[in-house]
Parts: sequence; C-alpha cells; structure tokens
Amino acid sequence: MVSHLLKNYEVVVIGGGAAGLSAALYSARRGLTTILISPEIGGQAGTTFEIENYPGRGFVTGPELMMDFKLQAEASGTEFLLTEAVGLEKIDQQFLVKTPTENIPAVAVILAFGLTPRKLNLPEENNFLNKGLSYCATCDGPLFKNKIVAVIGGGPAGLEAAEYLGRLAAKVYLIARADKLTGEEVIKEKITANSKIEIIYQTEIKQIIGEGQVEQIVISKKVGEQIEEQVLKVNGVFVKVGYLANSTWLPDFIARDEKGQIITNKDTETNCPGVFAAGDITDIDYKQIVISAGEGAKAALRAYQYIQKTPRLGTDWGKK
Amino acid sequence: MSEIIFTDQNFEQEVFKNPGVALVDFYASWCGPCKIQGPIVEQLAVEYVGKAKIGKLDVDANNQIASQFQVMSIPTIIIFKNGQPKERLVGLQATEKLRAKLDELL
Repeated sequence: MVSHLLKNYEVVVIGGGAAGLSAALYSARRGLTTILISPEIGGQAGTTFEIENYPGRGFVTGPELMMDFKLQAEASGTEFLLTEAVGLEKIDQQFLVKTPTENIPAVAVILAFGLTPRKLNLPEENNFLNKGLSYCATCDGPLFKNKIVAVIGGGPAGLEAAEYLGRLAAKVYLIARADKLTGEEVIKEKITANSKIEIIYQTEIKQIIGEGQVEQIVISKKVGEQIEEQVLKVNGVFVKVGYLANSTWLPDFIARDEKGQIITNKDTETNCPGVFAAGDITDIDYKQIVISAGEGAKAALRAYQYIQKTPRLGTDWGKK
Repeated sequence: MSEIIFTDQNFEQEVFKNPGVALVDFYASWCGPCKIQGPIVEQLAVEYVGKAKIGKLDVDANNQIASQFQVMSIPTIIIFKNGQPKERLVGLQATEKLRAKLDELL
C-alpha cells in the first residue's frame, strides 16, 4: 500500500471541483508539495452538461472542462488521492487531514469541497441510490434512454435536469412543489415546448416503491383545498431539490455561518491561520465556476505566503 | 494490450465461463468520472496480467449485459469470481481500493 504518511505535504487541498483543482494548480506551480483529496473529480461543474459562461471556452461540456482542469493540475505536479476527508486536526503548527485509511500531515490546508445535493429525506431513499434514484441527471441520465423518469424540483437545477432528460427519456414528469417554475426563461420555454415533459405543480413526493430498483413513486398533489395521492410508474427518479453545505465533519475551530458555509475574508482566509477555503463551500455570494476557480487560485497564493512566513516547517522537512 | 474489451457477445466466454477473477468497468463515452476511472483500470489490467481478466464494457453499445446487472449509475465496477458477481462498486474507485478487492478474491 502506498503510504502518504511518510511524505510531508506543504498543501493539502480538500475538494476536486473548480476551486480545489485551481488551488492545486497554483500551489504546485509555486513549487509546494501538493496533494488533492476528493472522492470525485470535477465537482458540480463536472456534472453540468453545458457550460456557456466560462470565459475563453465558448461552449464546453462540464466533464470536458473539468478534465482539463484536472490534467493541468496534474501536469504541474499535484498528487491525487481519491477518497474523502473525514477529519481535520491541528497539532502544534501543522495539520493532520484524516481519511478513512490514513492521516496526511500538512502545513496548510485549503478547504474546497463544495456543496452536497440535498436529499428528499424519505426513509427508503438510500436503498434506491444507484438503483434508479440519482442526484445527477447528466451522470446517469443516458442510462434512462427511452424510459420513464421523474425529476423532483421546480427550481433552476430541476429545470435543467428535466430539459436534458427530455431529450433522452420517453417521458419526464417534472414535480414542482410551487405553483410555478423558477429558472431561466430559455429553459422554461424549452420545457413547455417538449410534449414528453409533463409538469405537475403543487406536488410533493411521498414514497418510492420498487423491488431492488425504482418502479413507482407516490406523489401528493394539492387540488383546490384537497390533497390527492397518485401513483406514477417510473424507472428513474432524479432529485434536484437544492444543495447543502456539508461541513459538519470539520472541527469546531473552523468558523462557519448558520448554513454551514465556511466563513472567509476577502483573501480566502478562515479564522484559523493556515486553513484557507475557496469556492461554493464558503460564504461567498456567487456560486460560479469562474469565481470558484479564481478563489481557489487566491487561496493557494495565500497558502504560499503563509508557508513562506513559517520557515521552521519548511527548513526542517528537507524536501525530497 | 492487457485490457479486455468486454461486450454482450464475449461476456459469456470472458466472464461467466471464466474460472478465475474478472473485473468489469461499466462505462460510457459521455461520463466524466469514467474518464478518470478508465486509466486506473487500464493500469490494473497491466499489473494483474495473467492473474485476473480486467477491462471495460461500454454500456451504450452493450445494453444487454448492462441491463442484466441493472447498471443505473456509472462508473460501476463489478468483480466476478468463477463467473459470479462478488463485489459491486458504484462511483469513482481508487487504485488502492480496487487492488485490495482483487487481492481478496484472488
């Protein structure tokens, strides 16, 4: 087994999306020994089908753009560890990033693990994960070609998923809690023009039924003052009910806001010297790829400056 | 080339009737994480040559096998022993983890 224990990393980046990959690129290019830890690569951008607002790239797919981010970070010397971070400890002047199998020492840590899809909170939800239930239409959608699917969520992400699935599936139910859809007009128009997409308003999902895989869903629909229950036959359920900042695994000494987002100043510094944060997991207002990429770069440059100021660590370690 | 291209046609021969260990990476050309998983599996195929059959199956082109194993999220990796599925892993898997699972079954 390759051990990362024996190696001292100057920078450990947690997260493999736009912010994490940019941070790793900048960190490695500054000559810092850098490792990026994440169970997946690409983040939310990597699951976006079409990206039209990343400057200089015109039209590009999410997986393509993020693969280029990864290759560039790798070429600059970043190491990758495909696992999740489960803990962070501060020991004297350094940090220990914990994964399920090893502890990785670091001089500086960059937190860039983004947001996590919000769940429906149905008791049977986890049983159907990857058995017809998915949180990512672009990842799993093509496996439901000519099948019947339901998209849960009438917000921008739900609309995007419904529009995309409407190109592949035989039928798409778009289940919206409100009495209208919220999102870009262009996508709303595409959805209403597609006869394969049926929008069901003022409706919530109550239950998922199936043996070994999704077969039916029970929905409750508001009709006037009445609530009507209805069963729909579906092969797949795509959950698009927003995102959460899942930062509960972080120690108490990293300050967060009421949403669980990491509080940073304009220089991506957290309240703990040596720990930086970038991208969607921070309390920054705009969750955009180009902004996350910029913030990640900023975090790495700040980490570089921090490491320069703590020579006792740099000199003792003797880089290989 | 050590990596095997599994298909609906050769699956019977290469996996079901294979008396040893086989690792199948269910992937598709449109899947982002699969592009990262691919080289990992390729590397293992080289490493385990002569010990295990390791390769990939394109779910778009080989719908029969993909449906048979109810692959609804990719990458999915299934490790077989004596033609029987023994381990099913969904999502991107690291080299270390796959190596450990293979060694367990060998």
